[in-house]
Amino acid sequence: MRRLCLLFLLSIAWPAHAELRVFACEPEWAALAKELGGDKVSVYSATHALQDPHRIEARPSLIARARNARLVACTGAELEAGWLPPVLRESGNAGVQPGRPGYFEAAQFVVRLEVPTKIDRSEGDVHASGNPHIQLDPRNLLAVAAPLAQRMGELDAANAAFYAGRHNAFADRMRAAIARWEGEAAGLRGMRVIAQHKSFSYLFHWLGLVEAGTLEPKPGIEPGSAHLAQLIAQAKAQQAKLILRTPFDSPRPGEWLAERAGLRLVTLPFTVGGSERAQDLFGLFDDTIARLKGAP
Amino acid sequence: MQRIALFALAAALASPAAAGDDDLKALREEVAQMKKAYEQRIEALEQRLAAAETHKEKSQPAQDGGSRAPAAAGGFNPEVSVILQGQYRRMKDVPERSITGYWPAGGHDHGGDERGFSVDSSELIVSANVNPYFRGLLNVALKNGEAEVEEAYFQTLGLGRGFTLKGGRFLSGIGYINEQHPHAWDFADAPLMMKALFGEHYGQDGLQLKWVAPTDLFMEFGAEIGRGAGFPGTDRNKNSAGASALFAHVGGDVGRSHAWRAGLSWLTTRAREREAHFEDLAANEVEGLFTGRSRTWIADFVWKWAPEGNPKQRNLKLQAELFRRTESGRFACDDPAGVSPTCAGTELGRLRSAQTGGYAQAVWQFMPQWRVGYRYDWLNAGSKRYDPATVFAALDPANAYFSSYRPKRHSLMLDWSQDEFSRLRLQFAQDKSMQGVTDNQVTLQYIMSLGAHGAHKF
Repeated sequence: MRRLCLLFLLSIAWPAHAELRVFACEPEWAALAKELGGDKVSVYSATHALQDPHRIEARPSLIARARNARLVACTGAELEAGWLPPVLRESGNAGVQPGRPGYFEAAQFVVRLEVPTKIDRSEGDVHASGNPHIQLDPRNLLAVAAPLAQRMGELDAANAAFYAGRHNAFADRMRAAIARWEGEAAGLRGMRVIAQHKSFSYLFHWLGLVEAGTLEPKPGIEPGSAHLAQLIAQAKAQQAKLILRTPFDSPRPGEWLAERAGLRLVTLPFTVGGSERAQDLFGLFDDTIARLKGAP
Repeated sequence: MQRIALFALAAALASPAAAGDDDLKALREEVAQMKKAYEQRIEALEQRLAAAETHKEKSQPAQDGGSRAPAAAGGFNPEVSVILQGQYRRMKDVPERSITGYWPAGGHDHGGDERGFSVDSSELIVSANVNPYFRGLLNVALKNGEAEVEEAYFQTLGLGRGFTLKGGRFLSGIGYINEQHPHAWDFADAPLMMKALFGEHYGQDGLQLKWVAPTDLFMEFGAEIGRGAGFPGTDRNKNSAGASALFAHVGGDVGRSHAWRAGLSWLTTRAREREAHFEDLAANEVEGLFTGRSRTWIADFVWKWAPEGNPKQRNLKLQAELFRRTESGRFACDDPAGVSPTCAGTELGRLRSAQTGGYAQAVWQFMPQWRVGYRYDWLNAGSKRYDPATVFAALDPANAYFSSYRPKRHSLMLDWSQDEFSRLRLQFAQDKSMQGVTDNQVTLQYIMSLGAHGAHKF
């Protein structure tokens, strides 16, 4: 009991950490926070590129990290609906609860695609706020970077100018890169592809690719053999070229279809850390476009 | 348009009455021309605006029910979910099931002890933030005309520094499985240990204070005080707290693929004239009454493995809990029917017991949607100290409570989940929790959840 009291006193006397502690739900927001914060922030990513962000549990380690965070930066749009609310509630950290300045939802700052007109689970695990996988359109990253830098400046006023400066530099680099990527990917416009899950809609929207079907019959429902068989005909009729999967999707349904429909199965990094080249946000798009164009 | 009309009227009125007809005519023509010109310009502007609007719609992807219809829970939009659960069960017909050697916990259960087809209680869960500082939750179990409040609590959101206060009726934070509702169990029924200790789980009507340490290793400490009306205590109609509990949990990750949590919990409560059925020496049914203190220690451990932290394809969950319960107090027997020659409010002296047991289980998802699991339950008779001369002068020594039998159960389950909202389960169990009975049970169960997305608790 005495030790508990001591711990309690220690916690109150705990020195405020010099750096801004950021708890990012997904690697792309961790990477963005690092771009904006440099050495003034310490960033923890709750998930990595080999994890499906839908399927995370409120693990003890996540609760402990959320307990100490000053800023929780997540996608929102119900992507983390299964695990973030219990993590935040259990953390006992008042500053990062929804509605507080320490809680940041990226999806609020972008125009979301595929907002359902009908919200019913007969349509699968649909998100009422639209498709939450917003990170594969780099213009969305620009839209999120500005309010994120501003929020970081609000929480850590001493470094607000520093974050604003880094944001300007990042935005300039990103705009230049976007122009370059759009040039490189100009030949991909109109290409028909099949995706495993609705993971790449923003990428397609940006580069003008056309989704000719998904391996999942409905979002969140595992691909079944009847649906895959039907996809063979669909892929041929639509002259689809590629099947795209994330690193965490099972390769088997894609391999099955690739073999029968004569398509190429391509694994895209999906987020930062999803491939060897995708070590930051710029590498993510360099690698994604290279893989789409067929470079190894 | 109005302005032009006004202007025209004003111009007409302002023109001196003495002005000639020609002047008036010229003025009228001028006004009419101005009016026409203005109308054309306005029309052109309106067209440009309309064109700009349609262009904007085209260049932007269809926005966005999101902002119009808030999807997340809020003050006006509580999260509502319903769990539907039912089963077919094949087992022996044993009147008054109990666990040999253990004081029957009686009371609370969710059904599932019936043979054949049955519907477990359906759970209705409503929760939302009350305001920026509190969250509330109500969980009601509905069954056959009864509605039982399983949980009804508020929880603070704004205490900060790692503190969370919960008040109302809630499942106690002791152990691991105690906080889980039946739909979250990995087997169709509760571990024997939980049935023996609490009937099924231990709920508090009271307060819980939790504190999470500011370390990267998860450390959580909790304290509870409550009414203490549930087994092993009894409702004692007093002003002070009837039960208190302390617990500590530690946990973390090992690499990318492993996560664990371990805990130690302690519960203390008191019982007054806690009843159980006994038989006297003439085989009359009488009541055994216990008055005294009951203390329970629980150690819990959970280990989860998922390759690279991605549980989608394959994952493994190991889970075990151990307990030790000590009780100390007075034993008596009574016979409300007034037929027993040996029991009529008879004091039977001191009764002290120390009992241990636990369960261990493993659940293996070997391919997407499919899981198989095995659970082993064991209970030790432990030691019971009483004066045999006094007790067996009133009660039959063959009563199950006095037995030194060691209950055991093996359970094997296979479940299939279309997605996280539906699950079908087949379970085989060999239940030897009653001396002299080997009950081979088959359970076929469904669990469906609809409404708000459930929480993925560890």
